Amino acid sequence: MEALLQQFFNLAIMERALPLVLMGLRQTIVLCLVVVPLGLAGGLGFALLSRSRSRPLRWAAVVGIDFFRAMPPLVLLIFVYSGLPFAGIRPSPITAVAIAFFLNTSSYYGEIYRAGIESVGAGQWDAARSTGLKGSQALVYVVLPQAIRNVLPDLVSNTVEVVKLTSIASVVALPELLYSADMARSVTFNSSPIVLAAAIYLAMLWPVVRLVSRLERRIAA
Amino acid sequence: MEAWSRFLDAFFKPELIERYFPAIMKGVVVTIEVAAAVVATGIALGLLLAVARSFRVLPASALIVVFADVFRALPPLVLVLLVYFGLPNVGINLPSFAVLWLVLSLVLAAFAEEIFWAGILSVPKGQWEAARSTGLNFVATLTYVVLPQALRLTVPPITNRTVAITKNTALGTVIGVGEILNQATTAQSFAGNATPLMMGAVAYVILFIPVVALGRFLETRFQWRRA
Repeated sequence: MEALLQQFFNLAIMERALPLVLMGLRQTIVLCLVVVPLGLAGGLGFALLSRSRSRPLRWAAVVGIDFFRAMPPLVLLIFVYSGLPFAGIRPSPITAVAIAFFLNTSSYYGEIYRAGIESVGAGQWDAARSTGLKGSQALVYVVLPQAIRNVLPDLVSNTVEVVKLTSIASVVALPELLYSADMARSVTFNSSPIVLAAAIYLAMLWPVVRLVSRLERRIAA
Repeated sequence: MEAWSRFLDAFFKPELIERYFPAIMKGVVVTIEVAAAVVATGIALGLLLAVARSFRVLPASALIVVFADVFRALPPLVLVLLVYFGLPNVGINLPSFAVLWLVLSLVLAAFAEEIFWAGILSVPKGQWEAARSTGLNFVATLTYVVLPQALRLTVPPITNRTVAITKNTALGTVIGVGEILNQATTAQSFAGNATPLMMGAVAYVILFIPVVALGRFLETRFQWRRA
């Protein structure tokens, strides 16, 4: 028991690691502010593409979405980070993370938007168009607001997944929360810094996870 | 034209494909083994927890909720590093394969519990009451009336979640599990060429495209949450 506390909940070590871990937290937040909006925008693009009038475009969207959903994000990230240099493109860690996350999260967000748009009845489109709105205006002012409301729990829960996923950036040496904590671990030979990082992830995400459970149940009811 | 052949040389070099094919296939076997073990234990444990929660014994339910929340909120890689580097120092030595299996099983169990529980809740109360009034006891009602209806609803979300979590077997490379990504990156650093990495990526896509497509099919077939 004593050994367990020493190994995982050593407050003295946590205190020493705190400044480094907080710097990592800042990187994680910056990373989220880059990848979440990118994914939301790319996802909308994928969704619109998958509803396009041209069959080849629709097919391309579906194939793209399924391809990037089949590829583990870590494989994609390592491919971008250490594969592209062989093609003469040398992305920095943050660029590599942004590219890999854009491809991966857009395809997940894309599927969610698509389900949302499909959940809005055709009558809404017709009614909006008949009042004189253009197709794009009908989409932005009438269909999307309802679509997003319908799939809000999924959007939020996917965003939780994206935030959790930023931890894999540690593999390409981007000094985010997990990377910093793991640095502190390897210096101190003690897992308490990782427990500290876990506690920070928990503090950030637990409320959101609860919220998602609530939203999901309300919609089911 | 020269750029094109250089590209082919860097990503699709035939003699490297031939040389590293066995290693990548070894990785495929390991990935499938871990994935199968995770799916079996994760879903079984998730179902067990959801059933336990339906007895509505307060302390047990609270513990299950805390477990499910914590394992849904923490990034799997954090858990992998915590278990892999932490446990040996308190005298528990698990091989990296077992660490990966344990962590991913617990994560899948947490998500599966929430999905199964939502399914159980979605069965109308009248079903419970009708079953009980025919003389079935609580367990029989759960087994023969509620679960069959609940599980039907949970097929698409469980499939999608399971696919998402089994893809995390790639995290095993960080702790040296010899799965596809691990074999590919090792081969890449030996060969000084991106061909093995390309092979690994292709192997993953070949492995997972069918399950992703299955998830898509089940989603339209069962129409979860959309009436």
